[in-house]
Amino acid sequence: MLEIRDLHATVADKPILKGLNLTVNPGEVHAIMGPNGSGKSTLANVLAGRDNYAITGGEALFEGSSLADLEPEERAQAGLFLAFQYPVEIPGVSNMEFLKAALESVRGAQGKEEWDSVTLLRQARAACKQVNLDASFLKRGVNEGFSGGEKKRNEIMQMLLMEPKLALLDETDSGLDIDALQTVAKGVNSLRSPERGIVLVTHYQRLLDYIVPDFVHVLSNGQIIKSGGKELAHELEEKGYGWLTGEEESA
Amino acid sequence: MSQAELDKLIRSNYEAGFTTTVDAETLPPGLSEDVIRFLSAKKGEPEWMLEWRLDSYHKWLEMSSPDWAHLHHPPIDVNEVSFYSKPKSLDDAPKSLDEVDPELLATYEKLGIPLHEQEMLAGVAVDVVFDSTSVFTTFKEKLWEAGVIFCSISEAIQNHPELIKKYMGSVVPKGDNFYAALNSAVFSDGSFVYIPKGVRCPMELSTYFRINEANTGQFERTLIIADEGSYVSYLEGCTAPQRDENQLHAAVVELVALPGAEIKYSTVQNWYPGDENGKGGIYNFVTKRGVAHDNSKISWTQVETGSAITWKYPSVILRGDNSIGEFYSVALTRHMQQADTGTKMIHLGKNTKSTIISKGISAGRSSNTYRGLVRISPRAENARNFTQCDSLLLGDTCGAHTFPYIESKNPSATIEHEATTSKVSDDQMFLCRQRGIDPEKAVSMIVNGFCKEVFKELPMEFAVEAGKLLEVSLEGAVG
Repeated sequence: MLEIRDLHATVADKPILKGLNLTVNPGEVHAIMGPNGSGKSTLANVLAGRDNYAITGGEALFEGSSLADLEPEERAQAGLFLAFQYPVEIPGVSNMEFLKAALESVRGAQGKEEWDSVTLLRQARAACKQVNLDASFLKRGVNEGFSGGEKKRNEIMQMLLMEPKLALLDETDSGLDIDALQTVAKGVNSLRSPERGIVLVTHYQRLLDYIVPDFVHVLSNGQIIKSGGKELAHELEEKGYGWLTGEEESA
Repeated sequence: MSQAELDKLIRSNYEAGFTTTVDAETLPPGLSEDVIRFLSAKKGEPEWMLEWRLDSYHKWLEMSSPDWAHLHHPPIDVNEVSFYSKPKSLDDAPKSLDEVDPELLATYEKLGIPLHEQEMLAGVAVDVVFDSTSVFTTFKEKLWEAGVIFCSISEAIQNHPELIKKYMGSVVPKGDNFYAALNSAVFSDGSFVYIPKGVRCPMELSTYFRINEANTGQFERTLIIADEGSYVSYLEGCTAPQRDENQLHAAVVELVALPGAEIKYSTVQNWYPGDENGKGGIYNFVTKRGVAHDNSKISWTQVETGSAITWKYPSVILRGDNSIGEFYSVALTRHMQQADTGTKMIHLGKNTKSTIISKGISAGRSSNTYRGLVRISPRAENARNFTQCDSLLLGDTCGAHTFPYIESKNPSATIEHEATTSKVSDDQMFLCRQRGIDPEKAVSMIVNGFCKEVFKELPMEFAVEAGKLLEVSLEGAVG
């Protein structure tokens, strides 16, 4: 479903990705690991289409269409979801209002049945419950005054409702305590299905104890330098990244 | 989001910009004593009213237009303005809607304001002012039963002279300022409301102002008196055709809240703002003020999206003890629009309380200024004020300014002031778009969220209207 070939990308004209290859098939969970500055978050943002993140070479195909040709909202409508590393606040716009607009657009584009407000509310409450967020969060402004952990759980709540084909999680584990981490992992695991691809971008192996990946890739200096199964993550935990990158940094 | 995308987004059409063809009697441009005598005679006004107008005119002759506002415009020459225009079909005042010119009815239908009572929003009575004249007031009889007087100011001068003599000019004196003096001399029509003691007005009252004729000024005058312990909610809406010339609008609104009364005054102002190069548009110079007596409350809510120039400071004189004044404002400027708007809260009584929430949104090459005065007089023990001014910038070619003035002459006062300036951030836009929301909808959602604190003060159906108006104002294709 996701086919990345020799991808080169820049952030504000600075080259970050330098020939990246990755294939994600439906039903697979991939973990992208690597030291700080290796380009992990860049990959997630390039795929989602953030401003200033430009593809300069190679290609990224999502279900056969080139992502470079799609606006960010079109990528979302096609079923690509990004859980943000730093979810931003939108004061005065309630979570519910936001979800309604998002779901109308995405479900509409995918030809799914439209949810009336009763169904929407029921579904949203259920999703909140799944990530241990009180239903009162639906009435609050998007991420407005939420704690770091609440913001991350809010992202997963949205993801559960949006039912994406491909979910990208950008360092969703950062800043979470162990309880919140388990909650988030439970939410993500509930989305695992033979039709869905999941890409976890993470610095630490810890998240992978709870969401066990099928594949682990190590990203360094804009390229994937090693791929393996879940055991690779444990190896990285023990040895750090230095033995792969030739640098002294450790996890 | 790039500047080019933003530019497209804020380039949209003015939907109320059409003209109505009616046969009108319009006075040639210019102002003199003769014009005022003509006006007054046309309306069959009593002698005392004419005297009042002439006195105002003489005061006005001595005054010059204010230059302290953060506004730039060529000097306004009143000799180019016509001070009277009236559709001929209204020569004999229509007694029922069947007698109103169908062209006029069609105009209001087109603007989304059906005048047939059965089609109207339940519970809103409307007075409709077209150029210089009140066209029709709906639900008059129902209001009569409750003892509420709701009619055009011209009718009130004829039928309720005692109330007019007592209260007109009591809040905004004839010589208050250049534009108020001009209005006092030449005011054409407007609405009059009187709510008797202890009466809660059974429906929302509303006036809809429309400028149609070219080169015509609109000088309406509104007077609302809420007697002891009464309550009224009043709405005001405005539009004008799209014309290349600037047109002058100088209104005066006076509110009197007697002890224990409450007046809620809401405005959705959408006069033609001019095109993106600053051609045309209404010059809106308005004086709005209320006096709050003991234990009374006056609340101004305004949503300002129109006019080439807005000069407007709805104010409250907190004369009585325990009185409350509120000002909630959303001002949106785009293209070359200039707004200098805010409020004055004058605390005279003890334990008086005022709240100011101002939201300015600037786009295009516009300039948006908040100007507010909070004055605590020496005898205003335990006065409290809370002010919050937030500015939101769309793009980097517009300007937002805040000029708060605080004068406290009583040490027991509590005054809080908060101000923020922010931009619709790329991160907010990206979050919305990543969730499948198109940029146009995203901007409108973010702007509406920014205005939420003010919108929740508007009556329900107006809040929806205001939200839509912002959406239309921000509408446009996005590439």
